Amino acid sequence: MCPREPGREDGKSGARKYAATVDDGVLLEKLLVGDQDAFRLLVSRYHNSLVRVARYHVDSDAAAEDVAQDTWVAVLRGVHKFEGRSSFKTWLFKILVNRSRTAGSRDRRQVSLDPTSVEPTVAPSRFDGAGAWTDPPTPFDDLVSAHLDDEVVVRAIRDAVRELPEPQQAVVTLRDVEGLSTYEVSALLGLTDGNVRVILHRGRAKVRAALEGVVRGGLT
Amino acid sequence: MSLLTRDVSCREAVELVTDFLEDALSARDRRRLERHLAKCDGCAGYLEQVRAVVVATGAVGPEDLEPATLQGLVELFEQYKGDS
Ligand SMILES: [Zn+2]
Repeated sequence: MCPREPGREDGKSGARKYAATVDDGVLLEKLLVGDQDAFRLLVSRYHNSLVRVARYHVDSDAAAEDVAQDTWVAVLRGVHKFEGRSSFKTWLFKILVNRSRTAGSRDRRQVSLDPTSVEPTVAPSRFDGAGAWTDPPTPFDDLVSAHLDDEVVVRAIRDAVRELPEPQQAVVTLRDVEGLSTYEVSALLGLTDGNVRVILHRGRAKVRAALEGVVRGGLT
Repeated sequence: MSLLTRDVSCREAVELVTDFLEDALSARDRRRLERHLAKCDGCAGYLEQVRAVVVATGAVGPEDLEPATLQGLVELFEQYKGDS
């Protein structure tokens, strides 16, 4: 894998790896002095997650894109005020959520969830009448971690997340794609921790099923 | 409720995995699930898969940015960079 220079975010895994090795704090310092490459890396890293989370708050893709763009303008105007008390990521998503509310496209949706709902997250056909596995899962950690750069794995995960319905998509994006805490996710989305866990459970189960499908289809 | 009265089944165990990983189960449910996991390779495998999914989802990250979107954002940058 050849290293790539910053500013060449063309979506290849090499670029992703490079971006991941540069700390947000370092990029922010560069941003303060007007470094365009630092900005390119930050937007490459976060813009699509911002759009996805905005989509939970506003009622169209176009409105979500606008809110995400407004967020970057607010970052450019306010970066000198960022004091590092929270992570940049947390600050960024807070700006996004405030912008989404200001955009006023719609009141935050009522999330109606029945936590006691028994909608199964694993296909019922995989259990026998007593609820024991007939088709048990086998661990795939080593296999998947060895293939994280494979397009088939990357595609499976990203497609599975993209196909999640709201609010699963916003929750999985913040919690698993971006790695925020459940507490942060519930504050950003205006949900209880319990509801975040229920939503996360359903979303993760779908990503798991997609990845299992790829593994069973054959990774070498 | 069923957890209080008998062993958890595999079908039930998989629905507890997220609360388990998030450390949100009651002490009693956690013990029951741990007991089940200790003797059930299928559920232990399921838990391990979910852990792997969380790690992989974070490692793979969000969708790549479309070049046109990146270009639009860079133009915003050029417009606003002096403002801070
Ligand atoms: Zn089991």
